[in-house]
Amino acid sequence: MDFNDSPDEAAYRQQVRDWLDANAPKARVAGDPEGGDGMAASKAWQATKAAAGYACITWPKEWGGQGGSPVQNVIFSQEEAKYPIPGNPFQIGLGMCVPTVMTFADEATKQRFVGPALRGEEIWSQLFSEPSGGSDVAGARTKAERAPDGSGDWLISGQKVWTTGAQFSDFGIVITRTSPDKPKHKGLTMFWVDMKDPGIEVKPIHQMSGGSGFNEVFFTDVRVKDSQRLGAVDEGWKVSLVTLMNERLAVGGQTGAGWQQFMEAARNTPGLDGGSALKDGALREKLADWYVQAEGLKHTRNRTMTALSRGQTPGPESSIGKIISAVQMQELGNTAIEMLDQYGIIDDPELASLNGAFHFSLMFGPGLRIAGGTDEILRNIIAERVLGLPGDIRVDKDVPFKDMPTGR
Amino acid sequence: MNFDFSDDQKFLKGEARKFLEANSPLGRARGVLENPAKGYDADLWKAVAGQGWLGAAIPEEFGGLGLGHLELCVIAEELGRAVAPIPFASTVYFLAEAIMLAGSDEQKADLLPKIAAGEIIGAIATSEGPGATTAATLQATVTDGKLTGVKIPVTDGDIADVALVLAKEGGKPGLFLVDLAGEGVAREAVKTLDPTRDAAKLVFKDAPARRVGAAGAGMELVEQVFDRAAVLIAFEQCGGSDRCLEMAKDYALERYAFGRVIASYQAIKHKLADMYVKNELARSNAYYGAWALNTNAPELPVAASAARIAASEAYWFSSKENIQTHGGIGFTWEMDCHLFYRRSRQLSLVAGAPRVWKERLVSHLERRNAAAA
Ligand SMILES: Cc1cc2nc3c(=O)[nH]c(=O)nc-3n(C[C@H](O)[C@H](O)[C@H](O)COP(=O)(O)OP(=O)(O)OC[C@H]3O[C@@H](n4cnc5c(N)ncnc54)[C@H](O)[C@@H]3O)c2cc1C
Repeated sequence: MDFNDSPDEAAYRQQVRDWLDANAPKARVAGDPEGGDGMAASKAWQATKAAAGYACITWPKEWGGQGGSPVQNVIFSQEEAKYPIPGNPFQIGLGMCVPTVMTFADEATKQRFVGPALRGEEIWSQLFSEPSGGSDVAGARTKAERAPDGSGDWLISGQKVWTTGAQFSDFGIVITRTSPDKPKHKGLTMFWVDMKDPGIEVKPIHQMSGGSGFNEVFFTDVRVKDSQRLGAVDEGWKVSLVTLMNERLAVGGQTGAGWQQFMEAARNTPGLDGGSALKDGALREKLADWYVQAEGLKHTRNRTMTALSRGQTPGPESSIGKIISAVQMQELGNTAIEMLDQYGIIDDPELASLNGAFHFSLMFGPGLRIAGGTDEILRNIIAERVLGLPGDIRVDKDVPFKDMPTGR
Repeated sequence: MNFDFSDDQKFLKGEARKFLEANSPLGRARGVLENPAKGYDADLWKAVAGQGWLGAAIPEEFGGLGLGHLELCVIAEELGRAVAPIPFASTVYFLAEAIMLAGSDEQKADLLPKIAAGEIIGAIATSEGPGATTAATLQATVTDGKLTGVKIPVTDGDIADVALVLAKEGGKPGLFLVDLAGEGVAREAVKTLDPTRDAAKLVFKDAPARRVGAAGAGMELVEQVFDRAAVLIAFEQCGGSDRCLEMAKDYALERYAFGRVIASYQAIKHKLADMYVKNELARSNAYYGAWALNTNAPELPVAASAARIAASEAYWFSSKENIQTHGGIGFTWEMDCHLFYRRSRQLSLVAGAPRVWKERLVSHLERRNAAAA
C-alpha cells in the first residue's frame, strides 16, 4: 500500500504540471459551455489537450489517446483541476457515446467520428430517456421502422427527454423500438444520428435550478441509413449496457461546493453565541461527516484505480460515488443556507455567500440525485450486482412490448 | 500509487481467517458472554500468541515478528470479524504501541518481549467518569512516583497485568505504567454493554508508577497512542461490519415472507446496499489510515480520525440493521446478532466517542487551513 506517487507516477505528474503550466488557461472565461464564449473556450481547451495527447489519456494511441493508465488519467485530472479550466460539454460524448460507437460501429464510422469528438470539434448526446420512462430505459417507445421504399434506411419517430446538451450537440446515440411484438428488452435497436437531420427538433427545458441544460428532442420520420445502426437489429439493449456501464464511471465526481467551502463560509458567518458559526458543535459534526465521506469516496476511487491498473474491469461498485456525493451536495447546500439564517433565502450571486455556490448545490442537488440513475436505481444495482440479491420482480419480462400496461 | 494490500498481506489475512474460523470464534465470544467472570478466552489468547500475532508489529530484537502495521491491520480485521473475546486491542494497540512510541530502552526491553510472547495483558486507563477526560478534568495524581486516583471504566482492567494510566504530576498530565498486581491497586469488575470484553474500576492508592515518555506530555502521548489504536480498531470495526452485512444477506436470501425471499424486497435490498456503501467508505478511510500509520505520515491524526468516524458509523449502522433484517429471531439471545451490536458499541467508545473524534478532526482541519493561509 502506498498513497504516494511511484517514481514513474511522479515523473508523469511533473510532465503534466510542466505542460499545464505552459498551456492551461490562466483565467476563467465567463459563461456556461452552453453557448457563446464559454463554449468557444471549452472547445479551444479540448483541442489543446487533444493535440498533446491529454484529451483521452487511457484511449489507445491509434485513436488519439496515450494508451495511458487510469492512474495517469487521475493524475492529470488532479493537476488540471488546479487551473481555471472552462466547463466540459464533452463528457457525455467522450465518456459514454463515443466508447459505444468505438465498440459497435464499422471501421469507417469510427474513423469519421472518434478524432473530431476527441478534439472537441463535435459534441455528442445520449438520447435514452423518454417521457414514459427514464429508469426503465428498456421501456423506450420511440420507434424505428424500415423505410417503405426498400432502401434499407430507417425512419425514426417519437420523443426523447432530459437530453443533456442536445441544443448544441452535433450527433447523438438513440435507442429505439424496432419490434414491439417482442418482450421489451428484445426489440430495441441503437442508432447514431446527426442532430441536424431533418425531422429532429430540440426544445430546451427550463430546469428548477434556472438553467436549461437539458432538452426535449422530437423525432418525426427522421431518415437514417442502415449503416448508422450500432449493433444488430433488436440487440440495442446490449449496446445500451455498454453506454450505461461507462456512465457510472463518467458521472459521480464531486460537483459544487464541498466541505472546504463550507468550512470557510462557517468561519466567516456569525454563530449562535456571537462568535463564528464554525464554533457551533452541530455544524462541526456535520462538517466532519462530510469530510469523512469525501475522503472515503476519494480513496474508494483510488482503490478502483488500483483494481483497474491490475486489469480488472470497473464494477458496479462505482455506483457508490453518486449516491454519496449527490445527497451530500443537497444536504451541504441546505445546511449552509440554514447557517446564514434569514439571509439564507437570498439567491443572488452578487449578494449570496460564495457567489451563490451553496444555492447552486441546493438547487442542482435534486437533479444530480436523478441524472445517470436515481438513488433508488443505484441501490438496486448494488443490491443485485454487487451483493447478488434477487432482481426486482419483473411483471413485464415476457410480455410483448405492445401489450405492456402503461400509465400516463 | 497503490491502494491495496500486497499479496503477502492478503495471504496473512486469509490464514488469520482460517485460523479463527477453525477456532469457533462466535462460540468463544458467547462463552465469555455467558460467563463474564472469565473476563476473556484464555485458550484463544494463547493460540493467538502462538501465531505470533501479538508481536506482529514488534521488532524482532524484542521478540516480535518485525512485520509492519499493515500486517497488524489485516489481523485486526479478522479479529473484528470474529468478535474475538481477547484483550488484543488493550495489549497490542495501546500498550505495545505506547511503549514502542515513547517507552525508554529499559521499558521496551522489559515489556515488548513479554507482550509478544503473550505473557502479559495490558490496559489503558484514561476515563474517570461520565464525559471525555481532558487536562482540566483529570483527577488522578502521581506524587513521588506513587499514583492515587480512580479510573473507570478500564477495558481489560480486571485481567490486565500492567496498565497505562493518565495522571497529573506536578499539575501536568503524564502517562504512567502501573503494575496491577502490585501494592496500592484495588480492582472491581464492572458490567458493560459488551460483556465479551472485560472491564473494571481501578482504585489506586499510592501505587508505584513509572512514567512513559516526557514529563507533562501525557495528553499529547495519549492522543498519539489513540491515533494509532484508532486505525487498528477501525479495521476491527470494518471486519465486524462486513460480517453483519454477510449475515444479513445470508438470512435475507433464506427467509420467506409473502411467498418470496425477503431479499427480493426493495426495502431490504436498499438497507443492505446502504450497509455496503457505508462499509466501503469506512474501508477506504481505514486503508488511508493504515498507510499513514505504517509510514508515520504527518497526516496520521486526520487520517485516523476519518477512519475512526467512518468505521464507527458503518459498524453501528450494519449491526443495528442486521438485527432488523433478522426480524424477531434477531432480537433473541440465541442469535449472534447482538454480539456484533454490543461490540460495535464497545469499539466506538473504547478510544473516545465519535463526537470527540469529529471535534478533533475539525480542529485539525482548521489548523491545517490556518497553516496554508
Ligand atoms: C440533470 C439531468 C440530466 C439528464 N441527462 C440525460 C441525458 O443526457 N440523456 C438521457 O437519456 N437522460 C438524461 N436524464 C434522464 C435521467 O436519466 C432520468 O431522469 C432518470 O433515469 C430517471 O428517470 P425518470 O425521470 O423517468 O424517473 P422515473 O423512472 O419515472 O422515476 C420516478 C421515481 O421512481 C423511482 N423508481 C423508478 N423505478 C424504480 C424501481 N425499479 N425501484 C424503485 N424505485 C424506482 C425513481 O427512483 C424515482 O424516484 C437526465 C436527468 C437529469 C435530472
